[in-house]
Amino acid sequence: MSPFLFWIFALLTLIFGAAVVINRNPVASALSLVVSFLGLAALFMSLNAYFIGIIQVLVYTGAVMVLFLFIIMLLDLRAEEGRHINWLASAGGLAVALILLGQIFSVVGHLTIAHKAFPPLPGSTIDDVRNIGAALFGNYNLPFQIVGVLVLVATIGVVLLSKRQPR
Amino acid sequence: MITLGDYLIVSGILFVIGFAGVMLRRNLIIILMSLELMLNAANLSLVAFSRFRVDSTGLPDYDVQVFVFFIITVAAAEVAVGLAILVALYRARQTTDVKDISSMRF
Repeated sequence: MSPFLFWIFALLTLIFGAAVVINRNPVASALSLVVSFLGLAALFMSLNAYFIGIIQVLVYTGAVMVLFLFIIMLLDLRAEEGRHINWLASAGGLAVALILLGQIFSVVGHLTIAHKAFPPLPGSTIDDVRNIGAALFGNYNLPFQIVGVLVLVATIGVVLLSKRQPR
Repeated sequence: MITLGDYLIVSGILFVIGFAGVMLRRNLIIILMSLELMLNAANLSLVAFSRFRVDSTGLPDYDVQVFVFFIITVAAAEVAVGLAILVALYRARQTTDVKDISSMRF
């Protein structure tokens, strides 16, 4: 991928990711999150991880964001009215986040492999769905089954949680 | 030329945005969205390392991509359960603000 496209999609991801936190209206936050995840899917595809990029679009921007929007509409949440903001606590949280950012920059700056380009791949096309499938059903078959059980448990739990309790 | 470090920096900034969202916002739905941002930032750095670590066959490291697949699955289950808890909480208290939910605070 050309550097130009990389920076376009990286900026898209980061700007709309920041918009999720900054927006006061939950619906605007959810729609910003959709755009941010689409940019992230493009970044996955730029790393030749086509399967992960498709899954990202299907699961996150498809299923999870519809769930978020559905819950926002269901609860009928308004934009937060101007409640009293605890400036001291907010400044503390922001300071912790900025210290974390500085540490990440410092670690990546000192990492020698971080300054190397990606090694070239053999062909122009790689069969990554087949390779992931072989790994998933070969080496990682047991974890795959366990994840299936986990999703089943989550489904049953969600149904139980959202059932109205008789009084 | 795009290096591994560029992807790691983008991933780190995205993680910090999500972290700041969890620290600064008090709406539970926004906090859940920020958690998703942090999970996806971790996924981005994992996929970048997978593409960087080309093995003897010349292909990316697919073990890492299987790991990312599991993370996405578990995150989707986590969001479903979290939103169900949110709906149950809203039914009981008519609020999604973390400041109003302090009965377990020490």
